Amino acid sequence: MKKLIKGNDAIAMAAIEAGCRFYYGYPITPQNDIPEYLAREFPKIGGTFLQAESEIGAINMVLGSAASGKRAMISSSGPGISLMQEGISYMSGSEIPAVIVNIQRSGPGLGGISPSQGDYFQATRGGGHGDYRTPVFAPASVQEMYDLTFLAFDVADQYRTPVVILADAMLGQMKEPLDTRHPPQRELPPKTWALTGCAGRKPQLLKSLYLGHRELEKHCWHLWEKYQKIIANEVRFEEVLIQDADLVVVAFGSAARISKTAVKDARKDGLKVGLFRPISLWPYPEKRLEEIAKSAKAFLVVELNTGQMLEDVRMSVGKDKPVHFYGRPPGADSLPMPVEILDQIREVYP
Amino acid sequence: MSQDKPSKELRLINPRPRTLIDRPTHFCPGCHHGIIHRLVAEAIDYFGVREKAIGVASVGCSVFLYDYMDTDVLEAPHGRASAAATGMRRAQPDKIIYTYQGDGDLAAIGTSEIIHTANRGETITVVFVNNTNYGMTGGQMAPTTLLGQKTTTTPYGRDFRRDGYPIRMAELLATLEGVAFSARGAVNKPANVRRTRELIRRAFEVQIKGIGLGFVEVLSACPTDWGLTPLNAIKRVEEELIPYYPLGIFKDKKEADHL
Repeated sequence: MKKLIKGNDAIAMAAIEAGCRFYYGYPITPQNDIPEYLAREFPKIGGTFLQAESEIGAINMVLGSAASGKRAMISSSGPGISLMQEGISYMSGSEIPAVIVNIQRSGPGLGGISPSQGDYFQATRGGGHGDYRTPVFAPASVQEMYDLTFLAFDVADQYRTPVVILADAMLGQMKEPLDTRHPPQRELPPKTWALTGCAGRKPQLLKSLYLGHRELEKHCWHLWEKYQKIIANEVRFEEVLIQDADLVVVAFGSAARISKTAVKDARKDGLKVGLFRPISLWPYPEKRLEEIAKSAKAFLVVELNTGQMLEDVRMSVGKDKPVHFYGRPPGADSLPMPVEILDQIREVYP
Repeated sequence: MSQDKPSKELRLINPRPRTLIDRPTHFCPGCHHGIIHRLVAEAIDYFGVREKAIGVASVGCSVFLYDYMDTDVLEAPHGRASAAATGMRRAQPDKIIYTYQGDGDLAAIGTSEIIHTANRGETITVVFVNNTNYGMTGGQMAPTTLLGQKTTTTPYGRDFRRDGYPIRMAELLATLEGVAFSARGAVNKPANVRRTRELIRRAFEVQIKGIGLGFVEVLSACPTDWGLTPLNAIKRVEEELIPYYPLGIFKDKKEADHL
């Protein structure tokens, strides 16, 4: 049976069902449904909901609970996610897993509260200081908001890393029918690294400071090796009508939803157009895109920004095939209609 | 007049606390971190909680807590130790959580975190080392730097018209409902070391009894960055720091009356 539910609520629900019992946050539009859901539900099941004094405080509370070996989550939107970058960098360096949800609003600065994909660089390039990456999953439906939350917790625990769910105001605020069957859960390594007091074992330490001779270099290569495993195992994408496509639209999240309608309309007009939708934004599905570039004649990248994922598409596709771009930076009434993307498809169709 | 004969057998009357790791110190000569570490270790031993104690180290010289304390330790970002300790406290209600933070860490960049952690009455122990400057980064002005004190960023002395006033954290935090115990000690002479030992013990006791947050500020010498010999640094603690930062207990709740 399916439930009609809001995207933000689907994430909160999935977090509880995935065994998360610690949530720390700070109010910001358009993600408040998540803390409000958990503030209501956690007390009933012995979970901890705490509204922190700032996103900086909140992410460090997540760090503390996660360092204790517990599943912990935080959610926010652009400005709040910016404040968390210090904590995310420390968690990456100390290898402390947690799930960070960004229901994107528009920036830069205070920007606005409309859907945006302006935080692509921030999410996929590490975001904070130092040499690290975080896995990033981009849902495009309420169902995926739910399913990818389970996945995010598993990937976080498997690789001991913070994981980002990158959605936006549209996905967070809209309602869709949700199938609440749980996706298969992974067998995960025990959290022997957790700080739980040293009874029966030697004292343990979680840190990111390495001052000894070549210690930090070794640590950074250790993280790199872990990232290579993530690149090898965690790439995810969706393909729609790619097989015979001459033009491939590349889009993620909300932009992909709108593009899908445009692609289907273009097919009705006899245009051979397909959609490639990266679900993991890091690791990026570059190999698959490289393969597609062998048969496709041209690409059209659609984003709700002025061109960020565009760089990854260009790097994957190479210089032999044209990569066109249709960007709609966010703001009131800036979300494109399918017909506007269809116009672009017609314009660049090879 | 009779006097006991001195025993021929040497007897160790004040052994190294179990919780203090036996290793050579790397701190500068005359630095007080070592003494304060010992007092924290003694408190943990006194309550017999080493195996359930988790330290949260901060950024600055204080981070090296993890090299000296034989407990689990988490390294928190600069100023965020009390927020990370909050996350630990909520996740592990049965553990003993203590932070160890310097004055730049707690009284500048971490002011928001410590005030709200204290205000929530998190049952943790906070040891706050005040040496009136940023030691690790080379002696810059801290919020605790005394008026007129020369640092690398106040080369002509701290001027209240430009830099404001030295902040008294123990008194400030004592005003918050969630704080069970707030005090200031020093370790510049044996009498003060003994007194501070009791303050730190009490700061753990209010956590163990669930009364609220236990806070101890400890005045500490930083001879290297003060440009003083260890002996003159100790003198400065007595003659300049203590008059501005009075030693004492500013709050000591006997029970969790805010509940």
